[in-house]
Amino acid sequence: MDAILFYVCAAVAVGSALVVIGQRNPMYSAFALIVTLCSMSVIFALLGSPFIAVLQVIVYAGAIMVLFLFVLMLLSVRSEEDAPRSGGRTLRGIALALVTLLVLQTGAVLLRRSAAPLPEFDASTRRMAEVLFSPHFLYVFEATSILILAALVGAVVLAKKEL
Amino acid sequence: MDHPSFVSHAVLLSLVLFGLGTLGVFLRRNVITVLMCVELMLNGVNLAFVAFSRQAGSLDGQVLVFFVMVVAAAEAAVGLAIVIALHRHRDTLDLDAFNLMKG
Repeated sequence: MDAILFYVCAAVAVGSALVVIGQRNPMYSAFALIVTLCSMSVIFALLGSPFIAVLQVIVYAGAIMVLFLFVLMLLSVRSEEDAPRSGGRTLRGIALALVTLLVLQTGAVLLRRSAAPLPEFDASTRRMAEVLFSPHFLYVFEATSILILAALVGAVVLAKKEL
Repeated sequence: MDHPSFVSHAVLLSLVLFGLGTLGVFLRRNVITVLMCVELMLNGVNLAFVAFSRQAGSLDGQVLVFFVMVVAAAEAAVGLAIVIALHRHRDTLDLDAFNLMKG
């Protein structure tokens, strides 16, 4: 049952990712990306990470994608024109994507494929909080709050009428 | 989901998503679509983190995913603010139109 759900969600994620990069209309791309993010959230849950799965829906599919849709509607974006990009650049893009994929793939293959059963794993919200607020990660966590503040101020300054 | 093969298939899925995101960054001309493809790449990385964290039985990977999400939120906010500023100055979102600094 879990396996079927995993492969269905993986197929949906890849399919809607293809729609994201294949669509000329950014609005459809955004909606396809929301589908990708939600099916990835199911995969996170299947991999035993309920906290990350919920975070994925709330932060990614909720907050970030709403921000994207908000800007898309604010700017009344049109579809891309039919004129294709210069052929050289498209070819270079495909080549670079393939090379990236190949390099990452070799790395993944080089990793030892252990058939050993997976270890016991408890990623409940309680355990996550214990790790996140342990002295090991506490200062990093505080640093992210400064990052968020900087991003907030930066976004307001950048989007203001007069710079 | 206790079979080891699921973890390697999840890593494979993350590779495919990262590759698709890279492809999209180079194929699309709209700034906002390119930003969305970057989000797709970040999600591929997140999936790899979660899969390896499951394999290692350690929570550190999950904490990294948390931080990646925070940085992605900050990046989206600043990136979209830049897009709005660009649109105000050039009245377009076509990446090919932003060639002020071309070498």
